[in-house]
Amino acid sequence: MTPAAVSHQVSVTTQDDVVAARRQARAMAIELGFDAFAVAAITTATSELARNVFVHGGGGFVTIETLRTGERLGLCLTFCDEGPGIEDVEQALQGGFSTKRSLGLGLSGSRRLVDEFELTSTPGEGTKVRVVKWTRR
Amino acid sequence: MIPILRVAGHILVSVQTELGDDVVAQFQDAVLMAIHEDRGRTDGIVIDITALEVVDTYVARVLADTAAMAKLMGRRTVVVGMRPEVAATLVQMGFTLPGVQTALNIDDGIAWLDAQR
Repeated sequence: MTPAAVSHQVSVTTQDDVVAARRQARAMAIELGFDAFAVAAITTATSELARNVFVHGGGGFVTIETLRTGERLGLCLTFCDEGPGIEDVEQALQGGFSTKRSLGLGLSGSRRLVDEFELTSTPGEGTKVRVVKWTRR
Repeated sequence: MIPILRVAGHILVSVQTELGDDVVAQFQDAVLMAIHEDRGRTDGIVIDITALEVVDTYVARVLADTAAMAKLMGRRTVVVGMRPEVAATLVQMGFTLPGVQTALNIDDGIAWLDAQR
């Protein structure tokens, strides 16, 4: 039986919304059948990227949706904000880039936790990060 | 919100629930104040994170900062109970809690602190 595609949107304007986005991603990852390691990876990446939306982007939203390609199931998360954007994306992705009370590893670290990672940012208009994690089948 | 206990001559902090960023910051202050208020009656700090299913870079940073601050005050910290998936995730992200002593469980953590006396 093919599970129906599920999509949820979480608005991220407070610290509590970051926790809510994390919970939603975690619940959907467990529902899709990811193992404990993948669930932790997805939940942690969601925490990092949703925090960026709140702290650096001045708020925005997270869309979490299930994917199916042939036999593979995946979870796709999109983080959008209309904040100042990132001037130097390469530098931000290298890690160690100083941010507000985080390690500067949030962005580069999240990238290592997922299978697909796409960042688009326009200074003055905002940032969009799209990540995908596939189940191992 | 975050219970701080005194066990076997040490401070034991069990992080029981998922933490929002503001609670994480309160946690740090609470641990430092507990050290101060104990005025030398306790030796070390055990931070138990068994219940944490997620440790992101923010929480990891606060754990490392708290241990560093406690050290400046003259007290050692050991973080115990990290779940396998949390350890795997932190290392994948390139963060290994440098400078933070860890142990498998509370007993091992207390044994390590006792050995430092």
